[in-house]
Amino acid sequence: MSLILRTATRYLMPLLLLFSVFLLFRGHNKPGGGFIAGLVAAAAFSLYAIANDVRAARALVRVEPQTLLGAGLLLAIVSGLLASFGGKAFLTGVWGDFHLPLIGKVALGTPLFFDIGVYFVVVGVALMDVFTLAEETVAEEMDLLETDENAETKNPATRVHKMNAIEERHR
Amino acid sequence: MINAVISIFALACIAPLLSRFAGRRTGLLIALLPACLTVYFASHAGLTMRGEAMTERFAWAASLGIEVKFYLDGLSLLMAVLICGIGALVCVYGGSYLQKHEHLGRFYFFLLLFMGAMLGLVLAGNLLVLFVFWELTSITSFLLIGFEHENEKARAAASQALIITAGGGLVMLAGFVLLGQTGGGNYDVQSLLTQGDAIKASSLYVPLLLLICVGAFTKSAQFPFHFWLPNAMQAPTPISAYLHSATMVKAGVYLLARLAPALGGSPEWTLIVTTTGALTMIAGSVLAFYQTDMKRLLAYSTIAALGTMVMLIGTNSESAIRAALVFLLAHALYKGALFMIAGIVDHETGTKDVAALGGLRKAMPVTATIAVVAGLSFASLPPMLGFIGKEMLFEATLDGGLYAGRFRLVLTAVAVLAGMMFVTIALLVAVRPFFGAPKATPKAGRDAPFEMWFAPALLAIAGIAFGIIPNAVADRFIAPAVAAVYPNAAPMKLALWHGLNAPLGLSVVSIVCGLVLYRAWENLRARTKWTRMFSPFGTAEIFAAGGKLIERFARWQTAILQNGKLRIYLLVITLTTIGLTAYTMRRGGVRLPTASFYRTGVTFYEVGVGLLILAASIAAARSKSRLGAVAALGVVGYGVALVFILFGAPDLALTQFLIETLTVILLVLVLYHLPRLKAITGKPARARDLMVSLAFGALMTTIVLVTASVEFDSRVSDFYAAHSLPDAHGRNIVNVILVDFRGLDTLGEITVLAVAAIGVFALLKLRPQAIKQRAKRKRRQLRPLKSIARGEESTL
Repeated sequence: MSLILRTATRYLMPLLLLFSVFLLFRGHNKPGGGFIAGLVAAAAFSLYAIANDVRAARALVRVEPQTLLGAGLLLAIVSGLLASFGGKAFLTGVWGDFHLPLIGKVALGTPLFFDIGVYFVVVGVALMDVFTLAEETVAEEMDLLETDENAETKNPATRVHKMNAIEERHR
Repeated sequence: MINAVISIFALACIAPLLSRFAGRRTGLLIALLPACLTVYFASHAGLTMRGEAMTERFAWAASLGIEVKFYLDGLSLLMAVLICGIGALVCVYGGSYLQKHEHLGRFYFFLLLFMGAMLGLVLAGNLLVLFVFWELTSITSFLLIGFEHENEKARAAASQALIITAGGGLVMLAGFVLLGQTGGGNYDVQSLLTQGDAIKASSLYVPLLLLICVGAFTKSAQFPFHFWLPNAMQAPTPISAYLHSATMVKAGVYLLARLAPALGGSPEWTLIVTTTGALTMIAGSVLAFYQTDMKRLLAYSTIAALGTMVMLIGTNSESAIRAALVFLLAHALYKGALFMIAGIVDHETGTKDVAALGGLRKAMPVTATIAVVAGLSFASLPPMLGFIGKEMLFEATLDGGLYAGRFRLVLTAVAVLAGMMFVTIALLVAVRPFFGAPKATPKAGRDAPFEMWFAPALLAIAGIAFGIIPNAVADRFIAPAVAAVYPNAAPMKLALWHGLNAPLGLSVVSIVCGLVLYRAWENLRARTKWTRMFSPFGTAEIFAAGGKLIERFARWQTAILQNGKLRIYLLVITLTTIGLTAYTMRRGGVRLPTASFYRTGVTFYEVGVGLLILAASIAAARSKSRLGAVAALGVVGYGVALVFILFGAPDLALTQFLIETLTVILLVLVLYHLPRLKAITGKPARARDLMVSLAFGALMTTIVLVTASVEFDSRVSDFYAAHSLPDAHGRNIVNVILVDFRGLDTLGEITVLAVAAIGVFALLKLRPQAIKQRAKRKRRQLRPLKSIARGEESTL
């Protein structure tokens, strides 16, 4: 992969991720929100996966996309259930004012947590698709190499070696 | 009450962990909770004896008028005590029975889930809450029947039971909705019970009665849905004892008794319920004759017993309800015990075939004693509770009730037949394996450990004790339960000795006939082998044939509509949309906007974006390479996003931009998996596709024009604009709608997204090896692709 793209990504990534969090939190009052913010974050990680490789991108995300997906759904459901415990209908917004140091009075409500849940689900879904597709691509290339050379296919050490070879070629 | 149900569900969740730490003692430990709950519910007997009830409620979907309501009256109390009491015993018994099973934790999890669901079912005071618990018992029953999931037969039996009972539950839901609508959109059980006359006068009475009866009949294994129950014997024996004899199969009986004040008391009710019950009694009794497996024998006799209860409830009389409830209690006690005995025999000797068992009393004296005591109640001999139940049954059938008076002799004959079969089966299951000459078994029999015989012993002793002092039980549990159905019922007195009367005579007849039938059992079985030629016409076979038919239809229509070629899918979807929409437009008429609409000014950059989209679309369609087509489609998408910006929808535009970007990335990754682009369609097909595309475009244009001609109704958007900030603390209406006003929609959408992602993952990662191999072979002919990002477009 090109050096320019990799270098640019290194600087773009934090910006994009910051921007996605910014979009997430401003969403309730200005254009943005969990869905859009999640797409930005997913695009950022996808960019990283293209510039480097999927393994590096997975390492950067730290958690499995599946986990993000499940956690997001759970968060959305729990944020809706909070109202039920208070005797209101499921998913009714529950709001409270909080006094934070330096920032002052902030209104916090369950819809924000719901939106964060949406954010995680979107990131999880997009990354699950991108990562699996990209990995399948690499895996099939490797299969092709094996059939082409028709040699020591069973040896895991050769597999790793080939994996590196393919990635090297991609750079 | 709510806490009781929740506590069981909570225990279910930690049960697998508990079984890892507590080891052998887990069963005893878990049994503590249902045991305590038994005491808790029994302690409310004083309340129900006074004719009072306990209610707990909280809002569920307040805007739809649905609340979670739990209600404890005499009938619920009787069922709750049975569920918790027998549940505690089954926990102890099951822990020992499955001691060495690797999934014991899972067993407790499923068992407790079922217990909570069943308890919720009998306590529910709202039809919809009842329905939810009803289906939950079907699902947990499915999991428990298929507990040995590596056994093909167990899986088949589990899905058969699920299809029948959960399907019946859905039919019942339709009946509930009709019932709720006749009651004025009211799903509260207790208030519906007071509207019996209005419901019976309604034109919907017969349909709703039929629908609800299907639910009750499927659950309680009534003819012609009875066949799932014997097959469910694939479940481990503790499950058969608990779900398929003592509790779950009684849910249908419970429902009929519960709704009898609202739905009963009409000729239709008697016709449907009594006839079904009587037919089930006959079917269960006759089919039991052909069984030699202890569990299947017991299962068919359970079918006959359930038929008896249903038949009694159908006759609409106080004495019948009384008999049904005494019979229900007696049946739960002796049948639970006998199933556990069958389990012990199977566990210790390795077989449960009555023809292969004999003379076990020397090796298993304790088991033999319990079996005989429980068998006495089953055969309804004095001084057991079963005897009292049978006497009351004959009394009720001789009376005939409100509308079945003309048929009372038929009903009595059916009852005598069932009684006779009960005696025969009791002898086969409880006597034959233990007496006579010893036979060789796969394992040398010996008595089971204390944990295993304790539970059936307690149930058998209860059968005697309740028979000797019947009124201690009747006053506390049966009479209040009868009062729940007939509030003004006369006080009841149970006694072993009713004097020399017709019921006693019928009892003697059925016992003597049963003995004779038992003596002749082997002989008769050999002589009636020819009846097997009818077995291909059984209900189970019809059910299986129906399943095959549906499968064949599905395969046929899938081959046409979803033949694996995506372009055909697209064609089908597009043509269907065109057809349906055009038809609707023709029917409803199309009103196009007036001339003034076309005179609104257009700026040059709007025209520019439009031309850009148009040019990119044509380029996409004409592109010779996939990457080119993808890029051109990307331009179309960005163009649409620009339109959104120009007309003031920044949220939509942002989303569109991002989706376009990600779509291009995904498409590029997918492209790698596709063969080299070549002309897959000929000239005629292309002409066809062009026509379809043009038609679709014309349709969409018309729709947009029609939409523009309709006067814009701003009530909805005004509402959101007015309520967004004060009610939902947000200035961005789009986002507030997504996360608050229509949060449920969003929740549904993200769930769909998640499911789709899991589907993609499964398709890519879990492909069968054979398909992967084929794909590899195919691609070997192609030049390996290095990477799209390197710009080697030519390979695409």
